[in-house]
Formats: sequence, structure tokens, C-alpha cells
Amino acid sequence: MKHEWPLFEVFVRAKRGLNHVHVGSLRAADHEMALHHARDLYTRRNEGVSIWVARSDQIAATDPDEKPAFFEPSGDKAYRHPTHYVIADSVPHI
Amino acid sequence: MGFDDAYDALTDHDDDSRWAYGTGFTDPLAGVPADVPDGVSRADLATYALMLGDDALILSHRLQQWVTRAPELEDELALANIALDLLGQARLLLSRAAAVAGAGSEDTLAFGRSAGEFHHVRLVERADADFAQLVGRLLVFATWRLALLDRLTALRDPVLAAVAAKGVKEVTYHRDYAAQWVVRLGDGTAVSRERMAAAVSTLRPFLGELFVAGEVESRLGAGGVAVDPGEVLAECRAVFRQVLAAATLDPDGLDPGDGDPGDGDPGDGDPGGTGRDGGERADLVAILEEMQGFARSVPGGVW
Repeated sequence: MKHEWPLFEVFVRAKRGLNHVHVGSLRAADHEMALHHARDLYTRRNEGVSIWVARSDQIAATDPDEKPAFFEPSGDKAYRHPTHYVIADSVPHI
Repeated sequence: MGFDDAYDALTDHDDDSRWAYGTGFTDPLAGVPADVPDGVSRADLATYALMLGDDALILSHRLQQWVTRAPELEDELALANIALDLLGQARLLLSRAAAVAGAGSEDTLAFGRSAGEFHHVRLVERADADFAQLVGRLLVFATWRLALLDRLTALRDPVLAAVAAKGVKEVTYHRDYAAQWVVRLGDGTAVSRERMAAAVSTLRPFLGELFVAGEVESRLGAGGVAVDPGEVLAECRAVFRQVLAAATLDPDGLDPGDGDPGDGDPGDGDPGGTGRDGGERADLVAILEEMQGFARSVPGGVW
């Protein structure tokens, strides 16, 4: 198609969910239409209470080729996890 | 306990329903008494429920015919959603008609009646020639129906009021969807503007009927059970003017004229006759052939 609508990414917050979750993408002429389309495509089964849309080309993403340098250095640093503490039995909600 | 539990505590607890499936579905008729209000004619009430139900049923069918033909996938689903909303309203209203009349069911009413026994307005019957006609008609229908349902929520029949309360939210969205497209097309390119203006002009002959009470509505209106459609004229006119002005089209393009339907008045392009009375009109016969053909070929079929 010659004149294709731009792509938008859709994020929906579930009922009582804490955060918006990426659910997919769609095409729309502008942000307002994208919100309508998102409502029609991604909340048909009573899933959501809030929708965000963002132009896909406005999202900055990491380069897959840079994955080793970006993510692998943290792979052997177990000391960054707070797993070595001893928690007293009297401390609740942890 | 860890973070997962803290998160879980904030969400609904029916397993895996948190995301992939919705939760908290409600039955719009839960706890609603089904009695017929005192002093109300059962025959009139059944006919009135059929009027409101047939409007939704026939337009739903016309919208369903756009599935696989819509210009964009996203709009196809939007139209299918709207058609399903209207079908849901039609089911409840036809069920009410059957219950009040003490005969038949939503299925026998949808699939068993002939063209002369339907009670919808002519507006919903015609096939759309293009997308502009689709959104133009949807704007008119949703604006009018929203005004009717909004008033119906306060009237005396508990079931109609409950169905209306459910429908108000749905139709509000339909009106919004249609209005946005009318504005986009009217205020769009030279071609889209021309098509939208042409679509508006084809709708005008169907407007008069929407705002005049028939005998059934007049009798029920006096008993506080039906909305007088004349009451919603001012509200609808204001919405039409606002949307058409935003679309940079003639703001009077959807003015219902002298408001006298079926008089064949060339001044408002009225072809004469109304849809509420039923009739063997070619468009309706074609709709029923498609909508009822299969159900009639397998009577009582379940699958």
C-alpha cells in the first residue's frame, strides 16, 4: 500500500494491575485514532482500564548487536542480588 | 513472601484471568424485575420493544456486511464491535418483546417474522454505498438512539430501562467513532469531502421519521413507558450541527426539515411512508433473506 498509516505500540493497564503492559501494535492516522483502535482491538474482552499509545518510530530501542556489551556483564554478579541476608523470623512482609 | 505476592495481592484472584481474559463481567439484567408496569398494554409494550430491537438488529446486520470489506483491519474490528453491541441490545429487546407478549423467543422473532412484521425505521435498512455513507448513517443513528436510550433509563419499564442503561455507554462510543470519521472525511481531502457531503445528502430523507411518535409510542408515552421521539429533536439537531461544522460541511446538512415524515414533501426529500409500519421493501426483503435463510432452513438447529 502506498499511503500506509504509521505504526503505534499499545500499552494497556489491566484492572488493578500496577503497570501498563505492552500488548501489541496497530496502524492509525494519529494518536487519537490509535487510542480508539487500541480500545477496539485490545480491550474487547474487558481487559483494560487505561491505554497508552506511542508512535513506534518514536521509541528508542537497544540494538540487538550490542546485546553482549549491554546485558552480559551483569550475568556473573550475584552479589548485586540481596540474597545473602539472613532475615529474622519476626520481620513480616518481606 | 516476595514481590510476586505483593503484586498478586493487588489483582483479581481468579487464576490467570489477570491478563489474557477480562474479569468482572456483569449481567445487565441481574436483579431487574421483569413485571409489566401497571396499566400498560402488553401488546403496545411488546411492539415498542420490537421497534427498539429491530432498529438495532437491522443496523447490526448492515454493519456485519462490512466485515472483510472495511478499508482497514482496525476499522473492520471497530465496526464488528459496534455491530455486536447492537446485536446484544437487539437480543435483550426481542427477548423482552417475547416475554411481554407471552409468545415466542428472541430467535423466533428474529428469524421467524416476515418483512411486513418488522418495526424498524427506514434509516437502518439501506445498504451503504461507501464508507462515508456508513459513518454518516452511524452518526445519525447513534446520536438519535443515545438521546432515546438516555431518556428511557428513567422510564417505568424496568427491563427497558436496564437495557437502555447498558446501551447508553455502548452507543456513546458508536457516536464518538462515527463523528470522528465524519470530521476526518469532511475536513480531509477533496475526494473525501465530496464523498462525505454526498453521503450526508442521501441521509436527509430518512431523518423526519426519527422524530415523530407513532400511535404506540404516543399511548405508551402517556403512561410513562416510552420516549416521545419529538423530545430528542433539539438535542440531535445540535449534535448534527456541531459535527458537520467541525467537518467543514454545511451545518444544516442533516436538518430533519419540517419534521413531518412520510408526507413526500420534496422540500425535505421525503419519499413518503415510514418503516415502523413494516412493508415488503426490496432492501428489507434482501436483508431477511440473508439473515433468516439459514435459520429457516434448519428449524430449531443448535450447534
